[in-house]
Amino acid sequence: MTMRTKDHHMPFVSSPFVTRRDVLVGSAATAAGLFLAEPGLATSLPNAPARSGLGTAYPRRDGPLKVRGAARFAAEHRFPGMVYGALVFSTIARGTIRRIETEAARAASGVVLVMTHENMPRLAPPEPFYASPTGMAGSAIPVMQDASVHWNGQPVAVILASTQEEADHAARLVRVDYEVAEAVTRFDDAAVGAPVAFYAGRDLQYRDGDAEAALAEAEASVDLEFSTPQQNHNQIELHAVTVAWQGGVLRMHDCTQGVDLSAITIAKVFGLDPSQVHLTAEFVGGGFGGKTLWQYHILAAAAARLAGRPVRMTLTREGVYRICGGRAPTRQRVALGARLDGRLTALIHTGTTMKIAQNSMTEPFMEAAEHMYRTDTMHLEIRAGVRDMLANTFMRAPGAAVGTFPLEVALDALAERLAIDPIELRIRNEPEVDPTTGKAFSQRALVGALREGAHRFGWQPRSGERLGRREGEWLVGTGMAAAYYPYKRFPGGAARITLGQDGRAVVELAVHDMGMGTGTATAAVAADRLGLPYEDIEIRYGDNRLPGNMIAAGSQQMAAIGAALTAARDALVAELAALVPAGAALHGRPAEALTTRDGALVLASDPATRMPLADLLARAERREVSAEAAAPPPSEAKEWSMHSTGAVFAEVRVNAVTGELRVSRITGVYDCGRILNSTLAASQFRSGIVMALGMALMENTLFDERSGRIANPSLAAYYIPAHLDAPEIDVAWTGIPDPEAPSGARGIGEISMTGVAASVANAVYDATGKRIHDLPITLDKLL
Amino acid sequence: MTITINGQPYDLPTDARVSLLDFMRERLDLFGTKKGCNQGACGACTVLIDGERVLACLALAAQYDGRSVTTIEGLADGEDLHPLQALFVKHDGLQCGYCTPGQIMSAIALSNEFSRGAPSSVTTDLDVPATPNREEIRERMSGNLCRCGAHNGMIEAITSYLSEHS
Ligand code: FES
Ligand code: FES
Repeated sequence: MTMRTKDHHMPFVSSPFVTRRDVLVGSAATAAGLFLAEPGLATSLPNAPARSGLGTAYPRRDGPLKVRGAARFAAEHRFPGMVYGALVFSTIARGTIRRIETEAARAASGVVLVMTHENMPRLAPPEPFYASPTGMAGSAIPVMQDASVHWNGQPVAVILASTQEEADHAARLVRVDYEVAEAVTRFDDAAVGAPVAFYAGRDLQYRDGDAEAALAEAEASVDLEFSTPQQNHNQIELHAVTVAWQGGVLRMHDCTQGVDLSAITIAKVFGLDPSQVHLTAEFVGGGFGGKTLWQYHILAAAAARLAGRPVRMTLTREGVYRICGGRAPTRQRVALGARLDGRLTALIHTGTTMKIAQNSMTEPFMEAAEHMYRTDTMHLEIRAGVRDMLANTFMRAPGAAVGTFPLEVALDALAERLAIDPIELRIRNEPEVDPTTGKAFSQRALVGALREGAHRFGWQPRSGERLGRREGEWLVGTGMAAAYYPYKRFPGGAARITLGQDGRAVVELAVHDMGMGTGTATAAVAADRLGLPYEDIEIRYGDNRLPGNMIAAGSQQMAAIGAALTAARDALVAELAALVPAGAALHGRPAEALTTRDGALVLASDPATRMPLADLLARAERREVSAEAAAPPPSEAKEWSMHSTGAVFAEVRVNAVTGELRVSRITGVYDCGRILNSTLAASQFRSGIVMALGMALMENTLFDERSGRIANPSLAAYYIPAHLDAPEIDVAWTGIPDPEAPSGARGIGEISMTGVAASVANAVYDATGKRIHDLPITLDKLL
Repeated sequence: MTITINGQPYDLPTDARVSLLDFMRERLDLFGTKKGCNQGACGACTVLIDGERVLACLALAAQYDGRSVTTIEGLADGEDLHPLQALFVKHDGLQCGYCTPGQIMSAIALSNEFSRGAPSSVTTDLDVPATPNREEIRERMSGNLCRCGAHNGMIEAITSYLSEHS
């Protein structure tokens, strides 16, 4: 069986309910051949040649360090003479600082500096994402350059003091008098006349045929409105930076998902050459899209320069909410028209989201609809209203996390109307080529994932009826949804490989590990490329002085790494080829004909013609050989439709008396190309599912529309899943390599954030008969 | 005024505002104990004080004169990880590792609580000492948030630890 699965202890095997196998044999197999009766969907699908080491469940390399508490995060480095920073945040959404009283703060004990727009060094505004290929900032708003206030929570003063306690105390002594200007803070106001959004180089709009007319004429249809609230990443590590000006160099210990892009963007702000910024982030306590460049970095560096002292700036939890953006709210409409056989005749997915004037980030929630299902007509459109608020930003599976919710709920409602099983409805609309681009899929096994998920979960096929049941005071139901996330690889991939005479290789590249296991997975890929044992590979990362500028975003990092390692391996082979001594069998062979395998330079066409690397280096009297190369530009996603898909199944229990909602089990099966490390992959998939359960059940940044201020800037008032909210999660994958992706892997960090909320909402409907269209699904909506 | 941390005595700070967490992190460079909220909501700062779990961000250092604190740095025996630390690695009960020290300290305290038979809010029968099961463990670990979603691996690790070491 080529299907690789992580068989976790599945709670339902011993549950009092019917087992998945019973269901499969009892119902699915008789359901008109809708499902594969036997497991192992991948057996009928093409197999790429197995590579040694890839897929092996190597344990996380930094695990022992982390369980000892010995991994050093951004706020855990120290410079001599370091002082502590605290911020004062604006309390109005828009206006001007008329007067800022800092005398008391200046006089407070331990205070070294009070910095406001009056004494802040004059700096260039930061480049936000998409403003240039290296923009890493959440917004282009200049940092404390004048008296203007752009959002409620903007930093208006920085205090530096000898201790954190002194800095915090002094921050409370600052008094600000504002000239309040009118601000747009209400969704409804900003939505009026909102233009079609321009995002990532295109208008977020797509039309094929007259979808409204097709909808009106459809034999069956649904037309539903949905909303999703603002959400925050809530990495458990507070955003922090420890900075020092060392000679002409700005040294920063940061927590970031983009060491290079951050360093370049900061260099531009301070008018430095990027080589004058040395930024490291060896450990990052969770990223999820939110560990990017925010005002605190620039304020800390500017204050450090002004005071002539190194600075540690750790945001308070409130501070994270005030100045580091989250996911924007959305209002969405999904309307589906279909023939009675289930074939879609119209797919409409439109809606409105919010952004700020100074960023280019629009939550692209139509992306799943663009690539998931065939349909006769389609209309997709996103409008973006501009509010005076903290910049919204990327949060795990931007677009798809909140976009799959209405799309997959609407499909469930349509399946009910058509009396077709929801899995079958999706299968009947499985496209042969990409529905919007017409390109061929590089690899796609959504149908296989749906069937395998149905099998693992014990899905009971249904034809329009609810199968929910009552157990005492609990209403139990099941639901499913598809998952979706695009393949991405950004330019900028590069790596350096240094091979020693001892046969060990050091691989250096400016990538990041916020918990994904990058170092561990990269070592396996490097071992594969170099033909060296996994144990003999050392990976260095998290430092902008290493090659490449690869951001850990868009689930693209492993693809970037894969392409970079191939290029660097080829460059290394060329170096090695030049060292082959006269008389050796490999002498005179062109580098392209050679490769490395089992610790030797070999002729690719005849690996028996070889020269051990140790001999080669010794004969050449070289202690080591080093090569660095950049990955070729990412053309694969232009030529092919490259997307990951998946299937999510949930069982929920709703208390009929209290409305309490528990997700009792969940299965996710993902089609993401090759899986590079089964342990890390299972953890990544579960990770996204847990965060998506938060989105489904509880997460909500309470944005006060009157003041533009976030009203729950605290982990005590913004709820995220706790242990009791996380059931045992069953995950599996097709593991079919994508022939167009480097390493065959399409990226796995975000897809499991998608589909989950819809599967839960659909299960809630099955249990209760209530279709919830507004996240989160809190108990008040179920009573 | 002294406090013992992982067997080492330290003079307590004179500034009464200093939390035990900031005392350890900023005055002693003991960074193993993490700060995720500084307001008692995340559990990242969990330490043991005389065997009981305490949120170090809510504890003023000066209150702990004469007391004995164990942090994540005090668990391993030199090169050898504490069995629970090893189980966290084995079951991949961590991703970024930032909540991890607090989770491990909480789980150790939880095992002490079970040995006393202390009930929790999901204990169904209060007449007999509470015993570990997944529901009990999840409930008792729910004060320790993990945003990376490493919950399954952690519960797996804690469950095997309790079955092997109690
Ligand atoms: S830092 Fe103490 S509970 Fe969060
Ligand atoms: S491992 Fe990252 S927060 Fe738990």
